Amino acid sequence: MSENELTNPILAMLFVATDPVTLAELQEVYPETPREELRGIVDRATAYFNSLQMAVEIRQIGGGYRMSTRPEYHEDIRTYLQTKPSAKLSLAALETLAVIAYKQPVTIPEIMEIRGVNSGSTIRTLLEKRLIETRGRRKVVGRPIMYGTTKNFEIHFGLNNLSELPTLEELEEVLSPAVD
Amino acid sequence: MQEVANDVINQLGVPPLSREQNQAYTVQLDLFEGPLDLLIHLIRQQEIDIYDISLAQITDQYLGYLEMMKDLSIEVAGDFLVMATTLIHIKSQMLLPAEPDSEIGQEIEEFRQELVKQLLEHEKFKQAAQMLYERETVELSVWPRGDNEFEEEEKELISATVFDLVTAFHQMVENYKEKIVLEIEGEVVTVQEKMEEIRRLLSLQGALLFSFFFERGLSRLHLVVTFIALLELTKLHEIKLVQKDLFEDIQIQSCLKMN
Repeated sequence: MSENELTNPILAMLFVATDPVTLAELQEVYPETPREELRGIVDRATAYFNSLQMAVEIRQIGGGYRMSTRPEYHEDIRTYLQTKPSAKLSLAALETLAVIAYKQPVTIPEIMEIRGVNSGSTIRTLLEKRLIETRGRRKVVGRPIMYGTTKNFEIHFGLNNLSELPTLEELEEVLSPAVD
Repeated sequence: MQEVANDVINQLGVPPLSREQNQAYTVQLDLFEGPLDLLIHLIRQQEIDIYDISLAQITDQYLGYLEMMKDLSIEVAGDFLVMATTLIHIKSQMLLPAEPDSEIGQEIEEFRQELVKQLLEHEKFKQAAQMLYERETVELSVWPRGDNEFEEEEKELISATVFDLVTAFHQMVENYKEKIVLEIEGEVVTVQEKMEEIRRLLSLQGALLFSFFFERGLSRLHLVVTFIALLELTKLHEIKLVQKDLFEDIQIQSCLKMN
């Protein structure tokens, strides 16, 4: 099948999908097309679609492609949906999440060492929100449970994968030129 | 002490408050979620580099701050007190006349370096949290397809308590008693094995009914082990127990269906 023939059906699938569409899923629909070729087609379809500068765009998120509204229109959409801005995570939750994201798999005592605060209840909230998940137990005394981030975490923070996070060294550079 | 209080209040950009307004002030204090947060705030106030902190000075300020919280009848969390005792301990050692070649000086310096390291590490993750906050703000103003239906569906469920679970278990055991089961040989099943089985079943089906596990003419041992396995999985947050309505069958859902 030629590229033009695939562009529209793929865009149609992205429109219908409620979760990010992965290359593996597209591969199931088009088993004949080599994976890399398929990737090229979706990337070009995405670039084409986004170049139209419409209200909806395609982004790579959580390891897949997803259509979503552009952020500019959030006020109008909220008025239409009659919803308030969703509750953001607390500072404590964000900090705990940051530690987990960078140090995963990580246990509660290890998180506590970095934050200097007991993080148990925050962990619970994060588990309930499915931003983190358990990753077995550390083979040390007490066998503490280890935690890591989920695909939902990537989606919540607009990441395609974890490697898109700036490294801790990069964050440190932001900090160092503090005193003048 | 009031002086310190006013000073900190000014630094925070909050006008001095009357008693009734103390509630609002408490919220401001939540900014310091832990002792490290507070230390960093104190260091920033003096505009000194974290590397150059003086233990004596920081200890005084830290204790002054806790004192002020006490004056304002704000409950001080345990974590703050642990740090306070550590700082007091170190400071008391510094006050003792140091014997030549004593290890105390070295110990104090080690503690200082350790604290600096911890503060720097803490700062890095603060920065990371800030970065996540910004990303979240952007993501919350973006709507994917089909998002709204999902939320409504979630709301209809009420979460089952351990009490519901135990009640349901009793009921299953009662039902089981009425059945005549021919049991010939004893079988051994571990909680670990049961947990694996439940995980496998959930990965195939996504959700299971509580009764499903107890309606299959299993032995008493199996029932108990299954029950414990379900509790353990709930504790590990691998599964979630929900009920559509009171006294309905409990549904077991996987919390790990992210992939």
